[in-house]
Amino acid sequence: MLNYFPEEVLEHVFSFLTSHPDRNAASLVCKSWYNVERFSRVKVFIGNCYAIGPERLISRFPRVRSLTLKGKPHFADFNLVPYDWGGYVYPWIEAMAKGSTNLEELRLKRMVVSDESLELLAKSFPNFKSLVLVNCEGFTTDGLAAIASNCRFLRELDLQENEVEDRRGQWLSCFPDSCTSLSSLNFACLKGEVNVAALERLVARCRNLKSLRLNHAVPPDALQKILAQSPQLVDLGAGCFAHDPESETYNKLKNVMQKCSSIRSLSGFLDVNVRCLPSIYPICINLTSLNLSYAPGIYSKELVKLIHKCKKLQRLWILDTIGDKGLGVVASTCKELQELRVFPSDFYGVGNVAVTEEGLVAISAGCPNLNSLLYFCQQMTNAALITVAKNCPNFIRFRLCTLNPTIPDAVTMQPLDEGMYAEQLEMLSIAFAGDSDKGMVYVLNGCKKLKKLEVRDSPFGNMALLTDTGKYETMRSLWMSSCGVTFGGCKTLAEKMPRLNVEIINERDEMEGRPDDRQKVEKMYLYRTLVGPRKDAPDFVLTL
Amino acid sequence: MENTLLGGGGGGGGISGGMSIVSREENNMAMSSDESSSYPDESELELGLGLSLGGGAKSKSKPTATAGPWGQYARILTAKDFLSVVSTKESSSSSSSSSSVTKANNNPSCGVKRTAEPSSPPGRSGASQVVGWPPIRTYRIQSLVNHAKSPMTEEITSAVDKWLLKASLFVKVNMDGIPIGRKVDLNAHSCYETLSQTLDNMFKLSVAVGARRSNAEEQVVMTRPSRLLNGSSEFMLTYEDKEGDWMLVGDVPWEMFLSSVKRLRIMRTAEANGLAPRSHERNRRQSIAPV
Repeated sequence: MLNYFPEEVLEHVFSFLTSHPDRNAASLVCKSWYNVERFSRVKVFIGNCYAIGPERLISRFPRVRSLTLKGKPHFADFNLVPYDWGGYVYPWIEAMAKGSTNLEELRLKRMVVSDESLELLAKSFPNFKSLVLVNCEGFTTDGLAAIASNCRFLRELDLQENEVEDRRGQWLSCFPDSCTSLSSLNFACLKGEVNVAALERLVARCRNLKSLRLNHAVPPDALQKILAQSPQLVDLGAGCFAHDPESETYNKLKNVMQKCSSIRSLSGFLDVNVRCLPSIYPICINLTSLNLSYAPGIYSKELVKLIHKCKKLQRLWILDTIGDKGLGVVASTCKELQELRVFPSDFYGVGNVAVTEEGLVAISAGCPNLNSLLYFCQQMTNAALITVAKNCPNFIRFRLCTLNPTIPDAVTMQPLDEGMYAEQLEMLSIAFAGDSDKGMVYVLNGCKKLKKLEVRDSPFGNMALLTDTGKYETMRSLWMSSCGVTFGGCKTLAEKMPRLNVEIINERDEMEGRPDDRQKVEKMYLYRTLVGPRKDAPDFVLTL
Repeated sequence: MENTLLGGGGGGGGISGGMSIVSREENNMAMSSDESSSYPDESELELGLGLSLGGGAKSKSKPTATAGPWGQYARILTAKDFLSVVSTKESSSSSSSSSSVTKANNNPSCGVKRTAEPSSPPGRSGASQVVGWPPIRTYRIQSLVNHAKSPMTEEITSAVDKWLLKASLFVKVNMDGIPIGRKVDLNAHSCYETLSQTLDNMFKLSVAVGARRSNAEEQVVMTRPSRLLNGSSEFMLTYEDKEGDWMLVGDVPWEMFLSSVKRLRIMRTAEANGLAPRSHERNRRQSIAPV
């Protein structure tokens, strides 16, 4: 029946399909659906940039306008992946430029982005609107200048936690006077000075600006002027919030802040004078998202005073300086809390109060809607985890890191069974855990939807690796480092599964040549791919 | 995210085998996704279990608790690490966990970096450290350090610096006249002198330079500061920086060197004449052809 619909109708129907899984499913129904879907697909997500090549992407989806790419393995965040491993975006941009793709949006995570890439991007796509870079590296403020100068319709420039070399240029001034389209600007991660006057003018002419996150270098009086120009802001990242509370500037800030009734999300406070915090009390009642995890200057007492006013909070990121008592206040105040992240603050042992399982249990009791958690704590117990799981049945994201172990060694599995939805689990990180291969086998068998597994310093060996080799084609990737897997085991796996790239990362002396089969592998990263071994692998990566 | 084949439509709309296999592969292998959101990971079901590592003596341990199997080998560095007293761990081991303790300690591929005796003075050899633990992004650690309110003492700064360093920074080293290159871990050094000594040993420079050196001179070369740095040897130590230019090693502060070096070359002094020391104005740099 559906075959008799003209393609335009199908296309219209498909325009309501926005999720990738739905689109993928539709493309498999029949040839006609495949073609309609492929010509109408506008947004593409590639979870591993080495799973497919750019040319193939473009030939299948000629009308793609938005591309999301992820590069390095997650453990790169913690310095476990060598600097030159890979994840370059340039070939993708080059291919799209050659293919005259009408690219409007590019979102990258953990990729190496050079200034040349940014320049090519800026000059090749006249309708380019949105650049989001998360945890990327390799570019400088010169690259940003190219984007600012050339992307006439830029709406979003969002830089989250990137390593950006500051060239002391004037990238902000490169936005032409004709640029009025910005709705989101986030440069909080930049370390250098910015041209404040240019920033103020930019903000003044972009009447649609909804999200603005500043770096530490924007001085207090500039913040006040900017807020005065943009009371329509919904999301604010204040870099420097260290005013002199006696000053006229601070007075003006207080007045201006009261008018910013649209602000729902607040972050930053990299530099803060706690005596200035009362200026934000008036907007606390409206806040749904608060990120103070970069603000070690806010002590527990002040934190608690602030949070006490944030009754509508849904997302909270804080440092463990809040303490268990502070978490108790969160539990009694923020009844709508869905996401909590508690980061450690004590890197230099001054004996700050940290949090324990008590804080987490209190949260779980007071915030039944909690579904996403990242919790660094001094200790945790099985009993606490069970209570948390019972109180909050809706977890989709759960990350726990104990800095002192009190969990018995069967920890990998037991608390998970109790109410944790292991079957729904898509990503699992294991470190310093487990007793034997059985643990890993259990995970691979039990987590049917597992997409990414990363393991470090755990005693899993070849038996675990080779028990269910077919499983790895259903997953995006597997990382194992400092485990018991040997070179021979990896070779066996690679021979059996030609559609996996099994990469051995070995930074040690080149002269050693090919290692013995019995030798343990320092780092192994495997992932499914349609395009075989990558051609840009550095010499310390051996793809079997 | 398995893709299930939906039933085909009626009539003649069969599925052409070749096409669907390719597209199914593409869908499965490359494009199974997360829901798009401004925080790419948000919709993933994610579990992280980090069991760590050694505790302070003040932890509220319950009777059944086991102390970290990695004992004093790995924990967050604290100021206490740099006093000469080391807290001895009291491990109350239960029978099942002790086997995992032993196993871990004997595991040669365990990521723990073990260093000198715990009572040695502060500095690089003074405390042990596990790479990439706790799992916090370097960006975040640096940010907290940069905005720390409490005054940073020497020991604390160096502890944090060590934390921030990557595990190892292996770069290639080639020497003119020797076809096979080696690799050296720059992060195992804290200054040019030790690096140069290591390279001396690695390439047996006193010997490699050839018959012109007598045994007596060999001895002297070993104990004197490395000649690679002071220009008195037949060879000079040079490096290629991130911009592709070749520079003399030793002109910039060590940390700056670390952040820009890509590889090293032990170059014959005669050839090294074209190199200018690094200046801050990039225009004035000269460069010579790389290896």
